[in-house]
Amino acid sequence: MSSPSSYYIPHEAKWPIVGSIALFAFFAGFASLLNGGSWIVMAIGAALLVYMMVRWFGQVIAESENGQYSAQVDVSFRMSMMWFIFSEVMFFGAFFGALFYARTFSGPWLSGMGEGGAAATNAVLWSGFDYVWPNNGPEKLGGAYDAMHWFPLPVLNTLILLTSGVTCTIAHHAIKHGDRAKMVRWLLATCALGFFFVIMQAVEYYEAYAHLNLKMSTGIYGSTFFMLTGFHGFHVCMGAIILLIVMLRGTRKHFSATNHFAFEAAAWYWHFVDVVWLGLFIFVYIL
Amino acid sequence: MSTAAAGHHDHDDHDHGPAKGWTRWLYTTNHKDIGTLYLLFALVMFFIGGGMALIIRAELFQPGLQLVDPLFFNSMTTMHALVMIFGVVMPAFVGLANWMIPMMIGGPDMALPRLNNWSFWIMPFAFLLLLSTLFMEGGGPAGGWTLYAPLSLQGGNSFAFVIFSIHFMGISSVMGSINIVATIFNMRAPGMSLMQMPLFVWTWLITAYLLIAVIPVLAGAVTMLLTDRFFGTSFFNAAGGGDPVMYQHIFWFFGHPEVYILILPAFGIISSIIPTFARKPLFGYASMVYATASIAFLSFIVWAHHMFTVGMPLAGEMFFMFATMMISVPTGVKVFNWIATMWRGSMTFETPMLFAIGFLVMFTIGGLSGLMLAITPADIQYHDTYFVVAHFHYVLVPGAIYSIMAATYYWMPKWTGNMYDEKWGKIHFWVSTVFLNVLFFPMHFVGLAGMPRRIPDYNLQFADWNAVATIGAFGFGFSQLIFVWVIYKCIKGGEKATDEVWEGADGLEWTVPSPAPYHTFEKPPAQYS
Repeated sequence: MSSPSSYYIPHEAKWPIVGSIALFAFFAGFASLLNGGSWIVMAIGAALLVYMMVRWFGQVIAESENGQYSAQVDVSFRMSMMWFIFSEVMFFGAFFGALFYARTFSGPWLSGMGEGGAAATNAVLWSGFDYVWPNNGPEKLGGAYDAMHWFPLPVLNTLILLTSGVTCTIAHHAIKHGDRAKMVRWLLATCALGFFFVIMQAVEYYEAYAHLNLKMSTGIYGSTFFMLTGFHGFHVCMGAIILLIVMLRGTRKHFSATNHFAFEAAAWYWHFVDVVWLGLFIFVYIL
Repeated sequence: MSTAAAGHHDHDDHDHGPAKGWTRWLYTTNHKDIGTLYLLFALVMFFIGGGMALIIRAELFQPGLQLVDPLFFNSMTTMHALVMIFGVVMPAFVGLANWMIPMMIGGPDMALPRLNNWSFWIMPFAFLLLLSTLFMEGGGPAGGWTLYAPLSLQGGNSFAFVIFSIHFMGISSVMGSINIVATIFNMRAPGMSLMQMPLFVWTWLITAYLLIAVIPVLAGAVTMLLTDRFFGTSFFNAAGGGDPVMYQHIFWFFGHPEVYILILPAFGIISSIIPTFARKPLFGYASMVYATASIAFLSFIVWAHHMFTVGMPLAGEMFFMFATMMISVPTGVKVFNWIATMWRGSMTFETPMLFAIGFLVMFTIGGLSGLMLAITPADIQYHDTYFVVAHFHYVLVPGAIYSIMAATYYWMPKWTGNMYDEKWGKIHFWVSTVFLNVLFFPMHFVGLAGMPRRIPDYNLQFADWNAVATIGAFGFGFSQLIFVWVIYKCIKGGEKATDEVWEGADGLEWTVPSPAPYHTFEKPPAQYS
């Protein structure tokens, strides 16, 4: 494929405005739903958003396959994906920050430890409250519960994700050697492991709600547990869908030994959700 | 396009102008079009946010409740801040980045033109979502722009809309910043090293990193608010083991870098304008770059100076006090460099230079009152008073806003091909500057005397200075109509601008014709290769 001589600048982008309208409908609809309205507008927005992404990405894929992207365009894509993942890291950082703050500061302070007014606060407001982690607060919000144990489900999930990282790397090496069929096979394994992880998470949530009485409303423990694992699970879903699309592109003879950035971007993303999980496994489940 | 076509009919392929009809603006991928859209959007929002400010000042003209009920007053202070920060200063800087960065680095366009279009076209919809809350049951958000829990959780139907509008704007900011980073690293003219980039490009690069790092944290913080209200979590509820103060920590971890997001591009603009009109190269270019980077780094470790009175271990108060004061070192380097640039320069005082010098003097006033606020024991007196309001309006209005106006006058001849009306530009500067000080300076006095912020009524002893401030507010507000008039006239016509526009101007943007052609630097400039 001949490499283009200048930087590709598309004209007349029609999908962004569709995306804005879709997001507007989604957000306005979601807010109305939370205020007691109907879910219909939100659903329309979400559907339109998915349609927009399919068409926009489809256009980009077609341009890529036509060889319209020079090496310089490739660098732009790489940089954007890198910094997008960094922004995602910071997003999770907010929730990890909340977890650490609650465990290191809020809890001990509520139980009267620490300088200043902590002792008085405890005596006057939360007399008798003794802090241990996990905790659902001095008022024991959500009632008695059991914490999620790190064994067996979370350990299994850790092994699933770590294995998926290996299969993903094998697929990467395959495409680097031009073996597209092998790439597709190992990507299939990666996706399968990814979706298996999501199913296991669903089982874990079922366990939590049905048998442990562990809910989102179970004080700060339930809040941080479901927020962190929930957003992580959502990202695993996204990552697995992205890998699935990369795999499907592979079956359509996309990608070559030298040109497979979409694969690499998906792989970076996958390793990112992997690393976040390791943080979760240590700080949410074990410690 | 194939290589062959590019080789044969280079200009046929590239040299088309804008698309026909109004859809040009909807579908455009051109950095100049998108820059224009951002700037016009910011201008419109400036008057919406300004109108809210005038409602606030009208109510505060006299003690007692006159014009609006307290809830509406509170929603005005909340919305005024959200509109001015997210709807005016940030989009205006992004608009300037769009227009100027590709031209300054000799690149053909932004690195990701379609994403650029989306970054802009999110903004009107996000603000539609935000402003629509004013018409909802229970009114707009009234808990302050910082949305502190638990107060913000008690809002009416508007709450969820406000949270989502922040998510919505955040998507735009992160995409826009990623685009700017990719553009600066990947689209520079061959041979242009990082340390040859104009300072506006440098400051925007660092700003973009701040945005990518902290906007997601804000998204996380407001998501926790949302789940606390609707899904039963207790992040910010002590009864469940959470802590309302935790919200403040997470919010200000975003919020403090955010205030540098609102000022670093301004530093870049001022660093472009002062050398031009002093007809000397910028004094201490490298130290400017390092100072900007230092400020950006420090901005991550000073957040709790917004929370000195909230309850923190003593070690925390001390750490955040000293870290905050340390910021005055790189900022001092900058102010010194700007003054040293002017030292023995052949200075002239066209409108951009007037705004730049106005920036220098009045931003420094705001910086010095910031230093006072950084002192923990003193802040306990100043906290949540009008002194704080005076402080951040001195850094934001004659700081961020003046830099945007300076940039507009400075680069408008390049954008439109016409010189703006110098006489009216100067009148705009002087009228604005006088009224601005009438408006904000008395706030120092009433603040030190103890007048609390965000209250529609006040003690009689504050009456005189409040009346003065309100007169200043209306004067400042209406004098911005001059700005609109000058912009309008400049777009319509006027004396033709030369390519260089300013005698002492330096930089690639002054090597292209005025007005700048629809596509610039499709072939990289030769200077650096």
